[in-house]
Amino acid sequence: MSNPLNISPSPHIHTTETTRKLMSGVIIALVPAVISSVLFFGAGAAIVMSTAIISCVAFEYLIQRFILGKPVSITDGSAVVTGLLLGLNLPSNIPVLSIVMGSLVAIGVAKMTFGGLGNNPFNPALVGRVFMLISFPVQMTTWPVPKGLSTGYTDAVTGATPLAIIKEGLKNGESLSQLMSNIPGTIDMILGKMGGSIGEVSALALLIGLVYMLFKKIITWHIPVSVIGSLMGFTAILWLINPETYASPVFHLLSGGLLLGAIFMATDYVTSPMSAIGMIVYGCGIGLLTAVIRIWGAYPEGVSFAILIMNAFVPLMNAYIKPKKFGEEVKNG
Amino acid sequence: MLKSFPSGGVHPPEFKLTAGLQIRQLPVPALVTIPVSQHIGAPAAVLVKKGDNVKTGQLIASVTGFVSSNIHSSVSGTVNKIDTVTDTTGYKQTAVFIDASGDDWMETIDRSSSLVREIKASQAEIIEKCKESGIVGLGGATFPSHVKLSVPKGKKCEVLIINGVECEPYLTSDHRLMLEKGEEVLTGVSILMKALGVEKAMIGIENNKKDAVSHLGKLSSGYKGITVHALKVKYPQGAEKQLIKALTGREVPSGHLPVDVGAVVHNVGTAFAVYEAVQKNKPLFERVVTITGKSLSNPGNYLVRVGTPLKNLIEAAGGQPEDTGKIISGGPMMGKAIPGDGVPVVKGTSGIVLFPQPDSVRNAVNPCIRCAKCTFACPMNLEPFLLATLSAKGMFERAENEKITDCMECGSCSYTCPAARPLLDYIRLGKSTVIKLARQKNLK
Amino acid sequence: MSSTVIITIISLTLLAIVSAVILYFVAQKFKIFEDPRIDDVQAVLPAANCGGCGFAGCRNFAEALVGAENFDGLNCPVGGNAVMSQVAVILGKTAVQVDPKVAVLLCNGSPEFRPRTSKYDGVEDCRIQHSLYSGETDCSYGCLGNGDCVRACQFDAMYMDQKTLLPVIIDDKCVSCGACVKACPRNLIELRKKAKKDRKIYVACSNCDKGGPAKKACSVACIGCSKCFKVCEFGAITIKNNLAYIDAAKCTFCRKCVTECPTNSILEINFPPRKEKTAAVAETIAN
Repeated sequence: MSNPLNISPSPHIHTTETTRKLMSGVIIALVPAVISSVLFFGAGAAIVMSTAIISCVAFEYLIQRFILGKPVSITDGSAVVTGLLLGLNLPSNIPVLSIVMGSLVAIGVAKMTFGGLGNNPFNPALVGRVFMLISFPVQMTTWPVPKGLSTGYTDAVTGATPLAIIKEGLKNGESLSQLMSNIPGTIDMILGKMGGSIGEVSALALLIGLVYMLFKKIITWHIPVSVIGSLMGFTAILWLINPETYASPVFHLLSGGLLLGAIFMATDYVTSPMSAIGMIVYGCGIGLLTAVIRIWGAYPEGVSFAILIMNAFVPLMNAYIKPKKFGEEVKNG
Repeated sequence: MLKSFPSGGVHPPEFKLTAGLQIRQLPVPALVTIPVSQHIGAPAAVLVKKGDNVKTGQLIASVTGFVSSNIHSSVSGTVNKIDTVTDTTGYKQTAVFIDASGDDWMETIDRSSSLVREIKASQAEIIEKCKESGIVGLGGATFPSHVKLSVPKGKKCEVLIINGVECEPYLTSDHRLMLEKGEEVLTGVSILMKALGVEKAMIGIENNKKDAVSHLGKLSSGYKGITVHALKVKYPQGAEKQLIKALTGREVPSGHLPVDVGAVVHNVGTAFAVYEAVQKNKPLFERVVTITGKSLSNPGNYLVRVGTPLKNLIEAAGGQPEDTGKIISGGPMMGKAIPGDGVPVVKGTSGIVLFPQPDSVRNAVNPCIRCAKCTFACPMNLEPFLLATLSAKGMFERAENEKITDCMECGSCSYTCPAARPLLDYIRLGKSTVIKLARQKNLK
Repeated sequence: MSSTVIITIISLTLLAIVSAVILYFVAQKFKIFEDPRIDDVQAVLPAANCGGCGFAGCRNFAEALVGAENFDGLNCPVGGNAVMSQVAVILGKTAVQVDPKVAVLLCNGSPEFRPRTSKYDGVEDCRIQHSLYSGETDCSYGCLGNGDCVRACQFDAMYMDQKTLLPVIIDDKCVSCGACVKACPRNLIELRKKAKKDRKIYVACSNCDKGGPAKKACSVACIGCSKCFKVCEFGAITIKNNLAYIDAAKCTFCRKCVTECPTNSILEINFPPRKEKTAAVAETIAN
């Protein structure tokens, strides 16, 4: 007999899908957003993204190798994805040191303290971003105006984002029809010619990414559709009641970080629910909370907080919202 | 729009390399080792001893208890010894070793190849014949057919479902049987219908066997009550509960049997074996086996005598390739990897797949990323990541509450996990422990 | 002090007093009487919570001891006779002297003796491999080497030898709690009576196949030839299912069976080397 045969329990075949391929798929889906960010915000965007990615990977390596003494797993791509998503959530003029600190919190606090990949309850990129928002409130709320490659880095000209304009304006008692003239047109908002974080501005780029991920079966439709649907539905009701104080659902869809959040942040595997119904409940919660924070909260944008708050409910959802089992006995009344 | 089961399932590459190859007769081996347990239930009791002369088709071990099956000799010759042989359980089991000489069949067997369509046997006679002839489910589960045909009092069977799906990659024995012995299969289906007292039979065939669908479809017009249905190509379309759901829309409740929703499922191979038993008085001692694999020089579908050492089958297929890393009895999703080629072919051996070395080793295990792909893939809508973790941590009571016993071990979860986690390994452990603990509790 | 401060102090103090009164009455109403001896007994137990006594932790065992008539069947293997005597003093009962035990692996099938004929590629878990097939060797009774026993040991008394692929039990640390015995799906580990100087004599085999297949699978297998049984003057050896077993209670460590065994299946541990020379001299003198 030749070499000894291998014996293992069934199944003996396996899909070609791997964790690394899934992470690579997410990165590829983000390429349109990366390109649009550089096209609109120039060198600053490139610096922010590369700093975030390098810091996240470096911190994961250092923490795993020297503090935890565990095998280093940076090649699975998850730190790269965290870094890229963190970078895309930032303004293009944020200084390098702030990004490095944000990355340390994202990887060190939000991911590694819980046990590494698969164990964190909160989205690491968002934890990093919110940390930076609270620690560097001025830098994190000063948004460069997109001037293409001549935007500059820390010296960029800044202006208010559409959401900030609306928020401030409504507080000052102006009506929406007045404020709408200060806001970029719908086409510009779809393409991305507006103030905001480097990854959130281009709805078109993000939607291309969504289609790619759905096609490659990296994510399912449940979370993006329920986030967008619930947000638009809730704001539509308010807008129909009073179009002068409440912005239109289309405005809410295209402004701020909603699309980036719905497509890339809320769909993070580790921090989202594990059943289809759970995902829909989760998505609706995010959409509603985002609308509530945007309209009645202190901040002009609420997606990051909405996602982090719903992250906290995910273990509860996993425990109580279970898929209906095949042949499940219907409980008698 | 092809019918299918509603949720879950995976689509592994089909590799039906032998689909176009006609069934050939494998030469009778010089020595057969026939295990006395080739079925679910109590092993049969050996009736012969060393030195006895036996004929092909002669009863050599008999039923012990209600759920058991007769075993017949597949060759004519002399009993060499009653000893043990390693079979697909991975352990040595009692078997009858027979040195073959010639091929002398029992005179009672009708060896003619002419089709016998008229069913003279009564319902009770059919069931008795199945028991006499050692018919078991040839889809792989090997449940004694006469037991399945005996519908318990108070339950009623409304429809017979024939499983011609063969959803496992590589296997084509059922496919060839349907193409080459279509009339016999359909007559067998009619016999089963009479045994169950039903007027309606539905044959489900996966749509990657379009020739079988159209062939049986055409032939079925000559048979009352039999309809042929093409099903979507998806694993595990051939799983009993999923097949019933796809064809009839009825869901077998958890912990219950198909007959509780009025359906009984039999494999096409079983239908053919029933035809041979009832119409030709031939007991079950040979079956069609697919021998296949990417590196084999001469893969094919063979009619093999039970007890033939695997070695003979592999030799007929061109010999074991140099790079063979794994030999699987059954299909790659649910089959068993066997440690050597001395293992005999048994009633439940639907196919033998040889894997080259690179395909034989598992991928490295990574942490769970909670992607929920396993949950979406499970045809029973369970949560494999949870059941596997509970089993690994010994939390068996909670695993029982999460319905781990509903798991049919199809392997879709392990197949689809991107982190290559051994989900099914742990779920099987949990399932067997939960069943063992429940049995202990019941005994108290 | 402003009125706010005064009001705060008064209201918080009142709140504290009301809470304290409520808690006092609730504590009295729901008080469970516990025999104070349970705490005393628990204090002398080793607090390992290993389950070796058969109870769910040391507290549970302490409750059982306090409630029991006598110490029949109640023994803490970790603390041993020392601890049981202390418990006996506290409860005013007599302690039963129990022979200390140690875990022994009844298999010696390292790759040197038991060749590997297949490669297991599944999860490293003995229970899973055991339910799958006979193992990487032709002995379906022998150790699978995946370490369920090592993982079960809470006292760091076991490790897997990377050369022999068999678990090793460290006699000094083993407290005979029985966790490894329960963990092994093939029941290969036995708790045997601990002898002086940690000496052991046992049949390091659990193979019940007939001699031929057993020897073919492993060169140090017990082939059930019964030579040891015949040579033992103390009736300590029994042969059942082609396998010899030495009863530690009857064995006097004469070591005759060890030399008699044709396959070297019986192991003698921690004995001085045999006096071969003296035996040879005695023989020449006799001639």
